[in-house]
Amino acid sequence: MKKWIAVLLSVAMLFAFAACSEQTQPTDDEGTSANAENLTDGAAEDLSNSDIKVGFIFLHDENSTYDKNFIDAARAAQAALNLSDEQVLFKTNIPEGQECYEAAAELVDEGCDVVFADSFGHESYMIQAATEFPEVQFCHATGTRAHTEGLSNYHNAFASIYEGRYLAGIVAGMKLNEMIEAGEFTAEEAKMGYVGAFPYAEVISGYTSFYLGAKSVCPTVTMTVKYTSSWFDEALEKEAANALIQEGCKLISQHADSMGAPTACETAGVPNVSYNGSTASACPNTALVSSRVNWEPYFEYMINCVAKGEAIDADWCGSLQSGSVELSELNEGVVAEGTAEAVAEAKAKLEAGELHVFDTSTFTVDGETLTSYMADVDTDDAYTPDTEAISDGYFHESEYRSAPYFDIIIDGIDAPVEE
Amino acid sequence: MPNPTPAKREPLFHIVKRDALPLWKSILVRVVAILLALLVSAIVVVFVTDLNPLDVYKSMFDGAFGTSRKIWSTLQNTAILLCISLAVTPAFKMRFWNIGAEGQVMVGCLGTAACMILIGDKVPSPVLMLIMVVVSIACGTLWGVLPAIFKAYWNTNETLFTLMMNYVAIQLVSFFCTVWENPKGSATIGMINMSSKAGWFPSLFGQKYLLNILIVLVLTVGMYIYLKYNKHGYEIAVVGESQNTARYVGMNVKKIIIRTMALSGAICGVAGLLLVAGTDHTLTTSSAGGMGFTAIMVSWLAKFNPLLMILTSFLIVFLERGAGEIATDFRLNESIADILTGIILFFIIGCEFFVNYQIVFTKKRKEAAADA
Repeated sequence: MKKWIAVLLSVAMLFAFAACSEQTQPTDDEGTSANAENLTDGAAEDLSNSDIKVGFIFLHDENSTYDKNFIDAARAAQAALNLSDEQVLFKTNIPEGQECYEAAAELVDEGCDVVFADSFGHESYMIQAATEFPEVQFCHATGTRAHTEGLSNYHNAFASIYEGRYLAGIVAGMKLNEMIEAGEFTAEEAKMGYVGAFPYAEVISGYTSFYLGAKSVCPTVTMTVKYTSSWFDEALEKEAANALIQEGCKLISQHADSMGAPTACETAGVPNVSYNGSTASACPNTALVSSRVNWEPYFEYMINCVAKGEAIDADWCGSLQSGSVELSELNEGVVAEGTAEAVAEAKAKLEAGELHVFDTSTFTVDGETLTSYMADVDTDDAYTPDTEAISDGYFHESEYRSAPYFDIIIDGIDAPVEE
Repeated sequence: MPNPTPAKREPLFHIVKRDALPLWKSILVRVVAILLALLVSAIVVVFVTDLNPLDVYKSMFDGAFGTSRKIWSTLQNTAILLCISLAVTPAFKMRFWNIGAEGQVMVGCLGTAACMILIGDKVPSPVLMLIMVVVSIACGTLWGVLPAIFKAYWNTNETLFTLMMNYVAIQLVSFFCTVWENPKGSATIGMINMSSKAGWFPSLFGQKYLLNILIVLVLTVGMYIYLKYNKHGYEIAVVGESQNTARYVGMNVKKIIIRTMALSGAICGVAGLLLVAGTDHTLTTSSAGGMGFTAIMVSWLAKFNPLLMILTSFLIVFLERGAGEIATDFRLNESIADILTGIILFFIIGCEFFVNYQIVFTKKRKEAAADA
């Protein structure tokens, strides 16, 4: 018993020290004097002499891979711009409800010049805050309304993550090919499983691009999708992944924010393609690769705009070129041979505009090739389709607004459809 | 190892119920408890963050009173918590263990939201308001009366019944969040009638929360009078002390139980109305946010006195907001707020023990000393 207490205490001490060492630097000095010292650094984008204050609202905390991706980017942007902890405020675990408006209003009270929120469901509360505090800039990731809302201080941002997922799909397809060649299953049995959060465009666009990537190298592949109706539910995501494996899926990917699916795959020995950051350290035997949006370029852009008094784009879309869409390092021991070359080739073609993810010649819907699709780009209450998205032989994703609007279930993908 | 014979051992101390403490003494105990609570939470914060505790207290105070918006927000939160506390009070005074306030508030929220979403743009504003009031009160009343009827006629366990009704209410809300989702696929409702503002409470004198606060103030005074000077209030007290006595003097106990729970539920319904139409303008499964349970504590701490509840609900809201501010100011996870609130409530509730009981240390006897 005593032994256990001793172990517990020493662990507690460790944590305490870790926490202390992180916190000492900004708290020992008063904010102003620390800033004055930093002035001499003189970096190009050094904003430490400005009194700019940035507020971040996160749906969960670091335990969610989705929020960790944002939090890491915010910390990186803070370091790059040389801002102190007093200038960059975090609010974590803010649900998609009135709490988001409250959090935004409190950040304004704290003197923030720009407030950022990271979750889709935060949008209407951010708009309410933007209406109420016109002198403060509000930026929102993954939202859809800024380009039609007509508020000069409300902005959306996203990135062409479908390109990243397409590349991740190539990694998956190569792995399937390797397993087929090794005789583990036949080409017709090559089925992937996908754990998605909600059945809406961002998720559908994500898994379709992932599927098309895999299909580009493994033409016989099919895919089954299961929704969890939650962005973060470790048990549910694990359960969904296990169910997919039971149904004969040979490879799993996911668009939900916990480690549920990756750990289920590691236990079952099934290859996994992740999102929002590499899971290779936790799942060394099954993690292949991970795609993610790197938010640091946007955060730096957003903060710089406010510091210089320039207008922020109402609807900003990052890309492979801007460094906003990234693929993590390939897990060399697990991926198939030649993967790196195949990914590099496709990436170069995507960047050059020679290759389009949603090329209509590569997929069919109900057996037909799509020649026209009216997408709901300008959000309204009735979800009226308003924009022709297909031209020049491909679906123009994230061009008419940054948030995805590809919401078609294509042939080869088996996904539950909402009535 | 053989156990020593316990025969001659006496406990080190025993606990005795106190006679009523003089007022100043009982206040002193509570003040000491709050100070101790602040001290322990400061130690925790310093231990994990290496911060100056004075900064932490200042930040706590700023959280509740830092700006005029925050003051209004604090008052608003207090009003809602107070409203729910008022709702649970008559039932608890009657010794009816109603832990279903959370669910009663949720259905009140659901009723209000349903009106705003379904008929928000179809009827003129005053009519809509009237319908919202009626529907939210009806929903809350239904959720309160159901367990009461079962208790009165079949003597079911009201604690379990009301608790289960919470889950039913929350799942209903969860279901309708998906039915009315906006934007599509998100399973959240978002802000209701954002452009038309149909069904939103109007601002009074430029203060959007003032109407809520005034309504709750009126309810508070009303509840005080009801419990203290109305015949119903007396009946509630008698049933609470002894149902047999109540029956003996000819009170209709069944009727009193059902009537009182109807009142509890109705006020919870009003709280739901204030939350959705007056504050949040949305509906989520966390709309009531656990206040249905916190309210029980507020009510007990105030000894079921509605006027004292103003103080106790304010204290709890102040602590919660302060703890939240600490989390932001010092870049801690919001969970630290829950930890701090937990520590503080532990002391506040713990001190009630020392107000009601005292510890008497056993004097050592000679035999005991010889044993050792």
